[in-house]
Order: sequence, then C-alpha cells, then structure tokens
Amino acid sequence: MIGLGHYLGVGAMLFVLGVFGIFLNRKNVIIILMAIELILLAVNINLVAFSAFLGDMVGQVFAMFVLTVAAAEAAIGLAILVIYFRGRGTIAVDDINQMKG
Amino acid sequence: MIQTIVFYLFATLVIASAVMTIAARNPVHSVLWLIFAFFNAAGLMLLVGAEFIAMLLVIVYVGAVAVLFLFVVMMLDVDFAALRAGFSKYLPLGVLLALALLAEIVFAVAAWNAGGIDTGVKAAPIAGDTPNIALLGEVLYTRYLYIFEGAGLVLLVAMIGAIVLTQRTRSGIRPQNVSEQIRRRPEDAIRNINQPSGQGVEL
Repeated sequence: MIGLGHYLGVGAMLFVLGVFGIFLNRKNVIIILMAIELILLAVNINLVAFSAFLGDMVGQVFAMFVLTVAAAEAAIGLAILVIYFRGRGTIAVDDINQMKG
Repeated sequence: MIQTIVFYLFATLVIASAVMTIAARNPVHSVLWLIFAFFNAAGLMLLVGAEFIAMLLVIVYVGAVAVLFLFVVMMLDVDFAALRAGFSKYLPLGVLLALALLAEIVFAVAAWNAGGIDTGVKAAPIAGDTPNIALLGEVLYTRYLYIFEGAGLVLLVAMIGAIVLTQRTRSGIRPQNVSEQIRRRPEDAIRNINQPSGQGVEL
C-alpha cells in the first residue's frame, strides 16, 4: 500500500539530489538552474501528496503557484545567463565577482 | 497491486533521471533527463488524483521551460568540459550537505509519523466525486483570486524582464525602414529634364 510516506520519500530524495547538484556543478550555471528546477519539483510533489492524502485542495493550489514562480525564475535566470555570456564569452559562475558583493 | 508497481516504477525513474540530470557530461543530455524526470513526476501526481497539476507539469515544464533550457544550451558556444573541472573537488562538501539535508528530512518525516502536529480544520476539503479541476477552480477563483492575479503579474514581469534583458540594438547593420519607404513620393525620386543633345547628363 502506497502511503504519504512513500511520496515524501521521493520528494526528499529529489530535493537532496537538487541541492547536491548545485554543489556538484558549481561552475556550470545551466546545471545549477536545472538543479533548482528539481528542488521546486520536489516541493511540488510534497504539496500534491499532502493535498491528496489529507484531503485538502489548498496544496494543489499552492503547487500551481510554485509552478508559476519556477517558470518565471527559469526565464529570468536564462535571460541573465544569455546577457552574461554575450559580455564575457563564458558562463563560469565562480568568475562572477565583479560587483564584489 | 498495479498502483504499487506503477508508483515504484515512476519513483525509481524520477530519482534515476534526477541523478542523470546533475551528473550527465553533456548539458543537452541533462535537459533531456530533466524532461524525463518531469514526465515521471507528472505520473506520480496522476496516481494520487491531481490530474490538473500533472498535466500542467507536462505542458509548462516539458513544453516551455525545458525547451527554453534546450535553446539556451544549444545557443551558447561554451566549452562544457572546462566547466566540469573541480567536479571531484566539490564532491565531498556536496555529499556532506546532501546527507545533512537528508537526515533533517528523515527526522521531520519520523516526527510527523509519530503523531504530528494538530493541523486543525481543513481549508478546502476534497469532496467525494467532484472532478479535480472543478475543485481546483472553485478554490482558485474565489479564496485565492488575488494570489492568482499576483501569479499572473509575476509571469508578466518575468516576460517583460526577459525581453528587456536580452534585447539589444545592434550597430553596423542597415535594417529596412518601412515607413520611410512608404513616405517616399515620385517627386522626391524622379526628375524630368529636357536633355539637350551633345551634352553630358548632369546627375
């Protein structure tokens, strides 16, 4: 019998893999963006699983909002990546320290 | 029984494709694995009856976000092999942090299984045999109307932002000026002269 715990397990593994991916590909910002998408997917799985198993619709509404923010974030992130590449000719993120922030 | 098999199939595939997403050598392969992961996650959501979110995942992620990633990956001429340098250097720290996160999540789930916190009344209970999309619409367009509008605003700002960021005025090219072409009259372009014979044409 598949319960809430199974879904939370899948969500947890996806989340950890996303965080791990950020650390593993510290230089390649495209893979970092994909890892962030994985993290948001894990959040969505958790929200939908809780929504289904607790019988409350709000979880799915919030999953939709998370989806919206994820799409917006991907678009802006890739736009920044494109203009950065245009100016520098590389996308190595560990060189982005010009602003010294 | 079939549900259990399908759940484990989807769960295994989504985890495996997530691993391949972060470990693939070629970023194009990474994007393709990411698409596969989203498909399987949509399958997982279908299993618990969240059809609308599952379809939205396929449409938004596979149809839009992943294709956007593919375009950018293929458009940028980057030496991806150089970017993978330090892959093994970051491995220990990454594994450490991943394990710490996993331990925290396991603790949280264990605590929830041990009885959990009383969450009180349900905000929008799922009623019997109403379709998933009808339930979602009832909540989304009433109680969460303003947040829904805000989500639309977020998308609008993202769209305008992406356009503003990536647009550039290129110098050194001669684009077609349509209004100038339409404004042009015969008087501006044609001159009738009575050319005397034996003389050159004055231009």
